[in-house]
Amino acid sequence: MPTAEPAITLSGVRHLYGEKRALDGADLSIPAGVTVAIIGPDGVGKSTLLGLIAGVRKLQAGTVRVLGGDMGDAAHRDLVAPRIAYMPQGLGRNLYPTLSVAENIDFFGRLYGQSGAERAARIGRLLKATGLDPFPDRPAGKLSGGMKQKLSLCCALIHDPDLLILDEPTTGVDPLSRRQFWTLIDAIRAERPGMTLLVATAYMEEAARFDHLVAIDEGHILAAGPQTEMLAKAGATTPEQAYAALRAGGRGGQEPLVMPPFVDREGPDAIMAEGLTRQFGDFTAVDNVSFRIKRGEIFGFLGSNGCGKTTTMKMLTGLLPATSGTATLLGRPVGKADMETRLRVGYMSQSFSLYEELSVRANLELHARLYRIPAHRVAAVTQQSLADFGLAEVAESLPPALPLGIRQRLQLAAACLHKPEILILDEPTSGVDPGARDLFWRHLADLSRRDGVTIFVSTHFMNEAERCDRISLMHAGRVLAVGTPVELRDGQGEATLEDAFVAVLKQAGGLSEEPPPAATLADDGPKGDARGGLATSLSRIWAFARREMVEVLRDPVRLTFALFGPLILLLTFGYGITFDVEDLPFAVYDRDQSLESRQLVENLTGSRYFRERAPVTSDADIERRLKTGELRLVISIPPSFGRDLMQGRRPELAVYLDGAMPFRAETAQGYVQGIALAYVQDLVRRSRAPDTASVAVTIEPRFRYNQQFRSAAAILPGVIMVLLIMIPPMLTAIGVVREREIGSIANLYASPASVGEFLIGKQAPYVLIGFASFLIMLVVAWLLFAVPVKGSLAALCLGVVLYIIAGTGLGLLVSTFVKTQVAAIALTAILCTVPAVNFSGFLYPAATLEGGARLFGLSFPSLWFQTISLGSFAKARGFGAFHLEFTMLALFGLVFLGAACLLLKKQED
Amino acid sequence: MRHWLATVWFLGRKELSSLLADKVLLVLILYCFTLSVYTVATGVKTDVSNARVAIVDGDRSALSHRIGDALLPPYFRAPDRLDRGAVDAAMDGGDYTFIIDLPPRMEADLRHGHSPTVQLNIDATAMTQAGLGSAYIQQIIQQEVAEALDPQGTTAAPVTLVSRTLFNPNLEGMWFQAVMAVIQFITILSILLVGAAVIREREHGTIEHLLVMPITASEIALAKIWANGLVILVASGLSLTFVVRGWLGVPIHGSLGLFLCGVALYLFATTSLGILLATVTRSMPQFALIAIPIFMVLNMLSGATSPLESMPQGLQWLIQASPTMHFVQLAQAILYRGAGLDIVWPKMLVLAGLGGAFLAVALPQFRAMLARS
Repeated sequence: MPTAEPAITLSGVRHLYGEKRALDGADLSIPAGVTVAIIGPDGVGKSTLLGLIAGVRKLQAGTVRVLGGDMGDAAHRDLVAPRIAYMPQGLGRNLYPTLSVAENIDFFGRLYGQSGAERAARIGRLLKATGLDPFPDRPAGKLSGGMKQKLSLCCALIHDPDLLILDEPTTGVDPLSRRQFWTLIDAIRAERPGMTLLVATAYMEEAARFDHLVAIDEGHILAAGPQTEMLAKAGATTPEQAYAALRAGGRGGQEPLVMPPFVDREGPDAIMAEGLTRQFGDFTAVDNVSFRIKRGEIFGFLGSNGCGKTTTMKMLTGLLPATSGTATLLGRPVGKADMETRLRVGYMSQSFSLYEELSVRANLELHARLYRIPAHRVAAVTQQSLADFGLAEVAESLPPALPLGIRQRLQLAAACLHKPEILILDEPTSGVDPGARDLFWRHLADLSRRDGVTIFVSTHFMNEAERCDRISLMHAGRVLAVGTPVELRDGQGEATLEDAFVAVLKQAGGLSEEPPPAATLADDGPKGDARGGLATSLSRIWAFARREMVEVLRDPVRLTFALFGPLILLLTFGYGITFDVEDLPFAVYDRDQSLESRQLVENLTGSRYFRERAPVTSDADIERRLKTGELRLVISIPPSFGRDLMQGRRPELAVYLDGAMPFRAETAQGYVQGIALAYVQDLVRRSRAPDTASVAVTIEPRFRYNQQFRSAAAILPGVIMVLLIMIPPMLTAIGVVREREIGSIANLYASPASVGEFLIGKQAPYVLIGFASFLIMLVVAWLLFAVPVKGSLAALCLGVVLYIIAGTGLGLLVSTFVKTQVAAIALTAILCTVPAVNFSGFLYPAATLEGGARLFGLSFPSLWFQTISLGSFAKARGFGAFHLEFTMLALFGLVFLGAACLLLKKQED
Repeated sequence: MRHWLATVWFLGRKELSSLLADKVLLVLILYCFTLSVYTVATGVKTDVSNARVAIVDGDRSALSHRIGDALLPPYFRAPDRLDRGAVDAAMDGGDYTFIIDLPPRMEADLRHGHSPTVQLNIDATAMTQAGLGSAYIQQIIQQEVAEALDPQGTTAAPVTLVSRTLFNPNLEGMWFQAVMAVIQFITILSILLVGAAVIREREHGTIEHLLVMPITASEIALAKIWANGLVILVASGLSLTFVVRGWLGVPIHGSLGLFLCGVALYLFATTSLGILLATVTRSMPQFALIAIPIFMVLNMLSGATSPLESMPQGLQWLIQASPTMHFVQLAQAILYRGAGLDIVWPKMLVLAGLGGAFLAVALPQFRAMLARS
């Protein structure tokens, strides 16, 4: 719906990350229905700008108006969310890797409240349009980078947005896939001309296809307007020239990089691969790959995402063993134990793999030491490296605060620190802007030509491939062609290397550049109802819950442990924990050796409580043997015990106890007393005439709820209480923080769903799993331990559900405020174990807790559930007895979830 | 060897700075070894103390009052009076662990040479108190009855039992709980910290980077073990000195130095176990799910909560592989019984051996684990 008002207006927008200024007073106006490219190097604020426009980033200062309203206003954001689609930076970062292609799109459709039929129709159309229709059931994690981006696009387009925002959608994608992607975008544009398209890109040549350009540098918008006007104004023919012109004066352009010629050095080849093959299960990632690389040569590796480049490099570094074939580095076979070779090789992996918590300098120093550079030279080598790679200014910064280009330079610096003879670089410039890439390649040129370092590098950039001495084209695990860039280009009879690359791939894989013409995205169905309302809300909760459930079901280890972990524990505790004293090791120091003393000892040994060890022979022996822990109890019978006893002289019987475990010592003491007194009284009674004075009360102990006084009956209800607060909260505790680490949390930010819907959806599957696990424990307690539910089963089940809701709610709460998964796990484990085991009536009745401990117990759900658990299992209590407990558990659930909702913001800072 | 030591040293220093950078974790460690130890030690009592008792007094005689007055703190709270009709509800609600039901005319019956029956209701779901507490109550009632009927004490017991409790003369439960709480936190934190550190490095790709360098799996593992172990060792040493001995006033008989040597060996065993668990799991959620049951079993079956000799034979054999069981015995020997190296060295050997065994299984998994992910 084109309106007079521009689709997007920014005025005076500022954005800070700590001290760092990402945007500094940006003003911008973009009319509806145009395509806009935002160009500029890394770290100048492109992503921040897009995030603010999409409403996923919190506005700090200034105003952003999008589609007729203020994005600083939450109500407007909710209103326009269904009309905006946002695809964050990174390959498939908003996808769920274990979900299939169709399930991923389906999830987004559900979020926007589309009906089943509507979703099916849309998914069909989108898959066809993107050429993904042959593999709707493939997990997203198994797709190549280009396919991931297409799938992301499908997910973004499912709700027919009026504003489509793509943050560097083709970064890290191979040339063929990139072409396919843009052809697809053009097709979509043709069908939905009213849609505004906003794209950030680091590929200047891609910017040429957009109506408008926005050039950004260091948080400032240098220029914005129709491309033709901008080119004319700058007197340039390409966006790249225009950008350079706009920027000139600030940071001067450099001489174009010309690679010095390759110098053939004497000596054997630096890298040799012979028939390298690697299989993962029945999938062949690398298939019979052979090549030889000369010393000092720059050897480029090109190929689509997932074609086996990384796997080949990992085999060369010894990270992955080859299934068959051999690799030789510097004349020595690659073996994991060969430290000498490793000292001569430098490696840089695709993603940033240095320590984010160490400063740039500390990272380099650590590398220097690990590469065995002598201590006195570490500082000098580090300093030299900082200077060589232009890192001196950022030496004390932490890597996450640096732009990608500088981070990659740091990785290269680290890889070169020990003056390696071979460098293996896996897509070192992916996502790096052109200026920084040029700088990077100047370093490579120096290393190769000046120092004679052999460089094996993979890349998606054709201009980088052209700088290599030789390149190899790889596809689906096989090497399709090897040669100098010129040879390859001319061999295919194409004008550019990129065309040659595409031609080779087409011949090999029958890949099509054009989307199938039959595909149509025409908007023929009614738009999903994305307004409020309970039904919509429920359907979104269902969307989140369903997705979470599918993810858990796809992870058999997690599911097994979630369901059966508690069972294993129940069995161990049921059999392993007893509060009775049995077979306590004891010994006697019998200095009397009379009939009476021996009978007394026999009475003790005869009971199941004690087990006799070799007698004690001296006073010193008593303490020594108690000290070693061999004995817990020693009974010392004085000389003339028997005679004194019979003469009514009340002999003293000494009992020595090991007090290290007070509970056991007291119990043992009680038993000894009982047995000894019973024996002696019996003896005295038999020897004397019946005494009339022996009248006393009869005490009739009634052990209620557990007549046989079995440990299992007493402890199992408590064990179930403890386990239900240990496992389910742990499952949810990782939930939010993991999505944040992976990046899929962006889907919540961009979607019309509320935080509450997201959290309840994440919670629901685990409540279900927790309940299933409870049912298993219930059956085992009944059948194996003969501990049935004597009271109301319904009350117990309701209690369990409320208890699990409270527990999983606590897990979610933890998950919203911790930074890392490690902290989430540790915090939840401690937070739940301590009160559940100690302050909830598990080992000791809750009624006897005092002071802080009682308060602690009362403010945690376990104590309340323990009353229900014990009451229903052991005490035959009915449903009506637990009103207070139900209410309290429900309150805990509400408070935890409510707090989590408040803490989890629907925007990034 | 020199290189090996240097690498372990520098990687460990890196590990320390990573750990110190995670503020939430540091606060958690601090909390565990201070406040948490204090609350567990003072709040949890496994001996009979503060037991809640009610008396249904059908007699209302001098004797029945005498019995009520004889139930004294710290074992029992002053008993409440209860109507007979309220007994079931009070027991069901868990309000009382014991309810003593004194029959009408009890004292009169006794004086006439009859033996009246006193009913003692015991909530047998409270295992830790029920057995011992009922024995105490029976003793107290019998004693009060005997003294009331025969103030001269001619029918006193024919033998005197003198108990001497070594190492903890007053059978203070708190002493025991305090030290066990420290051990419990050592176990949980050491397994979690090290295991999660390995998985984190794997998820961030840094471990892969290390394995390309001239660094072996053993160096990476040992660096994590000493760095994380050191933090926990220092924390537990401080906790024992300032919280357990200082704040809680628990006397520590043995040598703290020897005990800390024991802790160090125990940490070697548990951190190695953490590494082993991390190498066989694929992601953080999986690790968490497997680690929790493991440290729960280690803590509950350590012999601290429930005696080893009462377990089924099969379980007793299995539990020999638990470093926690050996460590709890070592800790009790040193801290309570003042045992020296001559007594505890076998336990130390076992701990070192277990740690070595876990590590021996874990190290070959290091590369395999990268191939899996």
